Amino acid sequence: MGALMVIFSLQKDQRRKRTDSVEDELELSAVRHRPEGLEQLEALTRFNRKELQILYRGFKNECPSGVVNEDTFKDIYSQFFPQGDASKYAHFLFNAFDTNKDGSVSFEDFVMGLSILLRGSVQEKLNWAFNLYDINKDGYITKEEMLDIMKAIYDMMGKCTYPLVKDDTPRQHVELFFQKMDKNKDGVVTIDEFIDCCQNDENIMRSMQLFENVI
Amino acid sequence: MATGVAAWLPFARAAAIGWMPVANLPMPIAPTEKNKRADELIILNVSGRRFETWRNTLDRYPDTLLGSSEKEFFYNEDTKEYFFDRDPDVFRAVLNFYRTGKLHYPRSECILAYDEELSFFGIIPEIIGDCCYEEYKDRRRENQERLMDDDEDKKDAKLPNMTFRETMWRAFENPHTSTMALVFYYVTGFFIAISVLTNVVETVPCGTTPNTKEVPCGERYTVAFFCMDTACVLIFTVEYLMRLFAAPSRYRFMRSVMSIIDVVAILPYYIGLVMTNNEDVSGAFVTLRVFRVFRIFKFSRHSQGLRILGYTLKSCASELGFLLFSLTMAIIIFATVMFYAEKGSTSSKFTSIPASFWYTIVTMTTLGYGDMVPKTIAGKIFGSICSLSGVLVIALPVPVIVSNFSRIYHQNQRADKRRAQKMQKARLARIRISKTGNSNAFLHSKRNGLFSDALELTSSTEEEQQLSKNQSLLESQHHHLLHCLEKTTNHKFADEQCYEQSYLEGALHSYPSRSPSFSSQEGMTGTCCTCCSKRNHGPFPNSSMPTCLLTNPPSHTHPHHNLQELSTIHIQPLNTSRSSLNMLVDEPARPNCQSGTITTAIISSPMPPATTPEVDAHLPPTGFALQNVVKVSAM
Repeated sequence: MGALMVIFSLQKDQRRKRTDSVEDELELSAVRHRPEGLEQLEALTRFNRKELQILYRGFKNECPSGVVNEDTFKDIYSQFFPQGDASKYAHFLFNAFDTNKDGSVSFEDFVMGLSILLRGSVQEKLNWAFNLYDINKDGYITKEEMLDIMKAIYDMMGKCTYPLVKDDTPRQHVELFFQKMDKNKDGVVTIDEFIDCCQNDENIMRSMQLFENVI
Repeated sequence: MATGVAAWLPFARAAAIGWMPVANLPMPIAPTEKNKRADELIILNVSGRRFETWRNTLDRYPDTLLGSSEKEFFYNEDTKEYFFDRDPDVFRAVLNFYRTGKLHYPRSECILAYDEELSFFGIIPEIIGDCCYEEYKDRRRENQERLMDDDEDKKDAKLPNMTFRETMWRAFENPHTSTMALVFYYVTGFFIAISVLTNVVETVPCGTTPNTKEVPCGERYTVAFFCMDTACVLIFTVEYLMRLFAAPSRYRFMRSVMSIIDVVAILPYYIGLVMTNNEDVSGAFVTLRVFRVFRIFKFSRHSQGLRILGYTLKSCASELGFLLFSLTMAIIIFATVMFYAEKGSTSSKFTSIPASFWYTIVTMTTLGYGDMVPKTIAGKIFGSICSLSGVLVIALPVPVIVSNFSRIYHQNQRADKRRAQKMQKARLARIRISKTGNSNAFLHSKRNGLFSDALELTSSTEEEQQLSKNQSLLESQHHHLLHCLEKTTNHKFADEQCYEQSYLEGALHSYPSRSPSFSSQEGMTGTCCTCCSKRNHGPFPNSSMPTCLLTNPPSHTHPHHNLQELSTIHIQPLNTSRSSLNMLVDEPARPNCQSGTITTAIISSPMPPATTPEVDAHLPPTGFALQNVVKVSAM
């Protein structure tokens, strides 16, 4: 009698163990993507062969499947900013790199973006920056869009800053930005206003040249 | 910075162009790469097996042997390769760590050999990936336990200078330590057995003399049994007294279970000696003899199994108690029912409810002696229900005890897992510390005066060389990126202490306090950095620089005087005495003035409104005190 109860109770334990084995099969092989050949990429971008090789090796090492999805992108970018939360800005960056809007950044997108940023003319860089700020890609930067971007940038600083980031610091910064950029005071910044204004600002022009020799 | 994503640093830096139009301040200069080498293959010769990898792969982890310049010690000029006289199999795992960022533990390797290789190559085992970490920790623990067991065996070796008392105690606890102890152990065991046997045989009816009835041996050979008993009790008493003497904590010893058993085993004899021939209490005396059977429990010192059983029962006590309670309920219920059912029948044995208890217990345990049986139909019905439910109820304790056993067993396992999880937590904490170490590396480098405002656009190449001397290129590029972010937002990174202080100062802003509590500042070897100096540059746009703190009239009323208490001063541990600070007032100012480099001052200049010259004199020594950390700017 007691033996029966013992066997019964033991069986229950075994049944509990069998349940959680099968559910892990859902990880199908991820989407694999092979980039264009080196020659095409050389033609499309302003990197030479060696640079493309180095870039691809780094890219493939981190993303063996050949494409970066948004979460991986956020992860990678957040590792450079340990004190703050870089996920929002990474989201905007991701959208800026993902030119065909398919939810993943392939090596071509990656390298073309880099080509503009590192080897492009000032005009192209400013274009790219405008594209980054213009979240809905309608050709106008509104105050709300700029506020989102600004908050994302300030989030990357994190909590421990000096002086403390107050709640309306991003907003003030946006006001400053609009004062500078919005020439006709219509509440939005167009691409021409933006490029114009940046080309007249020495600081900005100088800082655009900052990352020439990154690769 | 996580070195696995070092390859993406160029991308992160390029993306920083997105901040440029937003920033209002000029950006710092980017570090240039001196001797930028094209990526080349390195050959690593490990005991003859050649591994090849890119140099950049190894540079990913600059705090390991292969990633730092330490590997140059192993460079072989003739064969143009790096030679390591180590195990090539484990080296595979090490090199894969560089390649993939994950360290794996090859299960076929001995744990000690693996640990040695890891420490040789400067890799901390905490970063073993989750896939292999459990296995690693299990093996490690097994190894340590084995070492502990070995140590325990070694512990039995006699320590020098043990007092006689300690020797005795050790002999009692571990009979294997010396032959004396072993002899003692067996002798006491023998006498326990003799005593128990005596108690048993005492009651057996012995051979009869022809004309008298059978008497138990105890009464026939009274003297013999009495002598036997006395001898045993003497031995037990001596043993107890010796243990009491040798015990390191007598009070604890007297409270322990074994000593209580000892006392209970020998007391009846002495009580009997005292109370002989007293008719009134002789009955009580007889019952005392029952306690002599407790001597059998003394065997538990000799048997490990008994001790484990006792421990299990003790740990199951609550379950057994509850079971007893439920049984009692059932017994009372059925006894009541049976009593009232059988009330009517004649010559019923069920005279009262307590009398029915006996029937219920016998029936429920399926013993069924048959001395009490129900006669009425109702009685028989309830009797059968009683026996059926008894089967169910009595069958409960077995799985309870079994489940208790398994629970205790699993608890041990879970305790181990919890310990492993604590290790996990400790491990995560360690990894986090090393990560925050990296995020604080930026603040460290700022504090060391490597970054400065004036360097932004007009830097000399010597400065840059100094920069790259102390940091790897990767680090300097990362720091430059963070610096750009600071410029964009016009806020600075600070660490926890600074954050708390600035939070406090926001709270205290309306509360002016006038005491320059220097001593409170001494305690804070704070890490509040360039921020404080920047702030102080503000209020003194036209004051001469800190070299002239010496001569500044104390009439500067500083609008932020309430912050004196909060502003921290880096104070090197050497100079904690105020007198020493006082003495060296004059020296530091001059050499610092002469330094041509314009670097940020990390002194807060608490200008007390009080005009005492001593207080004034205290202030500049802080500049001196921070010689390595702060260079007083000499504009």
